[in-house]
Amino acid sequence: MVGFSVNGKRVDLDVDPSTPLLWIIREHLGLTGTKYGCGMAQCGACTVHINGEAVRSCVAPVSRATGKAVTTIEGLSPDLSNPLQRAWLEEDVPQCGYCQSGQLMSAAVLLREKPRPTDEDIDEAMSGNVCRCGTYLRIRRAIHRAAETVAKEGAR
Amino acid sequence: MSGLSASTVRERRGIQRRDFLKVSVAASGGLLIGFQFPGISKLASAQASVGTFMPNAFVRIGTDERITVIVNHSEMGQGVYTSLPMLLAEELDADWTKVGYEAAPVDPKYNHPAFGMQVTGGSSSVWSGLEQFRQAGAAARAMLVAAAAQQWNVDAASCRTESGAVFNGSNRKLTYGQLVGAAAKLTPPEHVQLKDPTTFKLIGKPIKRLDTPEKLNGKAVFGIDVKLPGMLTAVIARPPIFGAKVRSFDDSRARSMAGVRKIVVVPAGVAVIADTFWQAKMAREALQVDWDEGSMQNFSTSQMMQEFRERAKTPGTSVRKEGDAAGALVNAAKKIEAVYEVPYLSHLMMEPLNCTVDLRPDSCEVWTGSQFQTVDRANAAKVAGLPNEKVQLHTTFLGGGFGRRANPQSDFVVEAVHVAKAAGTPVKVIWTREDDMRGGWYRPAFLHAIEGGVDASGNAVSWRSRLVGQSIMAGTPFAAMLMKGKDYDPASVEGVDDLPYAIPNLTVESHQAEINVPVQWLRSVGHSHTAFAVECFMDELAFLAQKDPYQFRRQLLLKQPRHLGVLDLAAQKAGWDKPPAKGVGRGIAVHFAFGSYSAHVAEVSVTDGKVRVHRMVCAIDCGQYVNPGIIAAQTEGGAIFGASAALFQELTFESGRLQQTNFNTFPVMRINECPEIETHIVESNEKAGGIGEPGVPCAAPAIVNAIFAATGKRIRRLPIRLTEAV
Repeated sequence: MVGFSVNGKRVDLDVDPSTPLLWIIREHLGLTGTKYGCGMAQCGACTVHINGEAVRSCVAPVSRATGKAVTTIEGLSPDLSNPLQRAWLEEDVPQCGYCQSGQLMSAAVLLREKPRPTDEDIDEAMSGNVCRCGTYLRIRRAIHRAAETVAKEGAR
Repeated sequence: MSGLSASTVRERRGIQRRDFLKVSVAASGGLLIGFQFPGISKLASAQASVGTFMPNAFVRIGTDERITVIVNHSEMGQGVYTSLPMLLAEELDADWTKVGYEAAPVDPKYNHPAFGMQVTGGSSSVWSGLEQFRQAGAAARAMLVAAAAQQWNVDAASCRTESGAVFNGSNRKLTYGQLVGAAAKLTPPEHVQLKDPTTFKLIGKPIKRLDTPEKLNGKAVFGIDVKLPGMLTAVIARPPIFGAKVRSFDDSRARSMAGVRKIVVVPAGVAVIADTFWQAKMAREALQVDWDEGSMQNFSTSQMMQEFRERAKTPGTSVRKEGDAAGALVNAAKKIEAVYEVPYLSHLMMEPLNCTVDLRPDSCEVWTGSQFQTVDRANAAKVAGLPNEKVQLHTTFLGGGFGRRANPQSDFVVEAVHVAKAAGTPVKVIWTREDDMRGGWYRPAFLHAIEGGVDASGNAVSWRSRLVGQSIMAGTPFAAMLMKGKDYDPASVEGVDDLPYAIPNLTVESHQAEINVPVQWLRSVGHSHTAFAVECFMDELAFLAQKDPYQFRRQLLLKQPRHLGVLDLAAQKAGWDKPPAKGVGRGIAVHFAFGSYSAHVAEVSVTDGKVRVHRMVCAIDCGQYVNPGIIAAQTEGGAIFGASAALFQELTFESGRLQQTNFNTFPVMRINECPEIETHIVESNEKAGGIGEPGVPCAAPAIVNAIFAATGKRIRRLPIRLTEAV
């Protein structure tokens, strides 16, 4: 048995503990917002948080989450109220949308650690997330916009 | 909305098993409007007696005021779930906040008006839907107005519409939702008046995409997210070499592994069917397959390119011939020849291929991100042994398409039906990234040998292009239709066969290479390599003529106003007349593709052997346009797509085996490498052109030409390697 919390809910699963967290989230928990892209931590589409840290869930065995708090895109905010989601809407960021869950989850950690990130901070935090459609310029603008919102409204 | 969540999949199955047209109205108490389908209006009248109405196929209006636009093109990032509803909503005078979208089922009435099949490709969704969706919206509006006029006993011409309601005088108003029942009793108009473009409220505005919210909270359902009750998941042990066949396999270890249900040979390889993806993948790793490697076991791309180089020394099939290129070259004051080479490329959609199939004795349902619904359904039906009508194909969101999900053989759909036959339960076949990259259907490798000359005053007088590469059309069921009786593949030479420059002596020849690597259209197709070769050679000619590369092009495009328009716009916005920053080189390129004109100026520096693209200024003339926000996104994305290929991407084979199988060896531009990109749109009343692909072709030549400006070195092979510069 592997026990952890996902988006605030406790789960206990009878699964092979070496199974990547990605497939547990997608197939056992039915949370399909977290995506498979490469299976080797190259593209970032599978990014989730474990205790607030951005993790490529395609290479993280589910055992790594034991006793910890996992947050997926579904847990970022239930109603698109997170400043990042709002900024993504304002900047009309997604094209195909497949990578955007991972982009948002990486950006969330960046903003927590660096509330007013520079372009260099964004490059460093976001370069592990590939977007084949090429939405990078809008992602950059949206992160700056979200940072301004948080500064104005106070951290949520 | 269009998503197929686990719970709604079953609901939709129920709906679609019955008559789509009847039920979609009955279920929502709505009004389904389309046009051009006379048969449908009879059905609609029959339904009107029970308070429902559906004269045509593209819009459903609910008593709850919801307006659902049924979209016959696949949403793969290019924004059709927004741009096509905008067209309809404009003519309908809909309240945009009430507008939603739904993927069309497979049905001839949703065929592409120009291509005669349900397909998304060729950057054609907006121009082909322009009339179709506007007409459908206008027809719906006319009926709602007529219904209101009847109710008020006034002349319809005295009514006006705005934001989802009909008005008469200063005090009478009926919302569209309130009119659904009455409108359903009316006959659709035969002719409708479309709006004067000067009165547009939506068309031409940067309206935000409708599909963004569900792409920010995990709700959007892509093919890989489809889940059916009792569904199993399969991966396939696929041939390591194209054409290899399973000789035998040993599954003694694999079949006893947790979750494994079945291991069976299918035409695509050995399918491992398990409860979950990871179990299937682990079991596949434990499987021992003995392959008959076939005729491609010694295939090598370096050897292939050597053969291409030799072949380019001989005359090819004539594609275009004007004047006497050879004679003019002899008499030219200065001449130059150059050989340009581009590799095989993978589409590398973020979402690897996948397909879910529920096969029953008398029905088959398929869920996948398809760009080619008519063909995919027909191919699925053939394998299922069912008539087409018994096969439903549900189009999910596509996690990128770029042409790969429009496969002439429906490879990823057909194999899933084969697996479903073996599974006996609903099954989803997932390709790993490595499967997807090894699976073929690449942009073909190409070689362009070009020679040209200028006279003593620096005028271009001769040009001869010889291309060598595989045809993407030959051998497909569409060869006859798309090759149009020509003895060369138009898709191989597009972009050079219509060379726009005023060069009096011009020859274009094509050699078709026969190689057993499956190839296919990839975003911008032939233009992805012809623009590179042509626009780089134009730069070389300009240098030979000792002219500025922008002015040199300008002089040869004086009779091509739209080429000139984008070229001038890009040059002006980039500040071509002012020198770039120290150490920065500036390159320019212009190209026509998919009905649109595009020009890019790139600013590049080279430091410590590394190329850095700082800025790209893009000008686009796509004629009448619908959504400038989406155009900017597509142009930026196209530039990045082209730049990724130019800077990083190459597929090579050794001993028949692909050498690059994931993002680490086939890189995509990342945010830290992404230049500033500006998009400038030409205001135009010309016929609408495409936007998904035209942003791609100019990126590579603009960057390569900028490298020359920065370093004095020419790059003639992609991806760019400074060590190869001459």
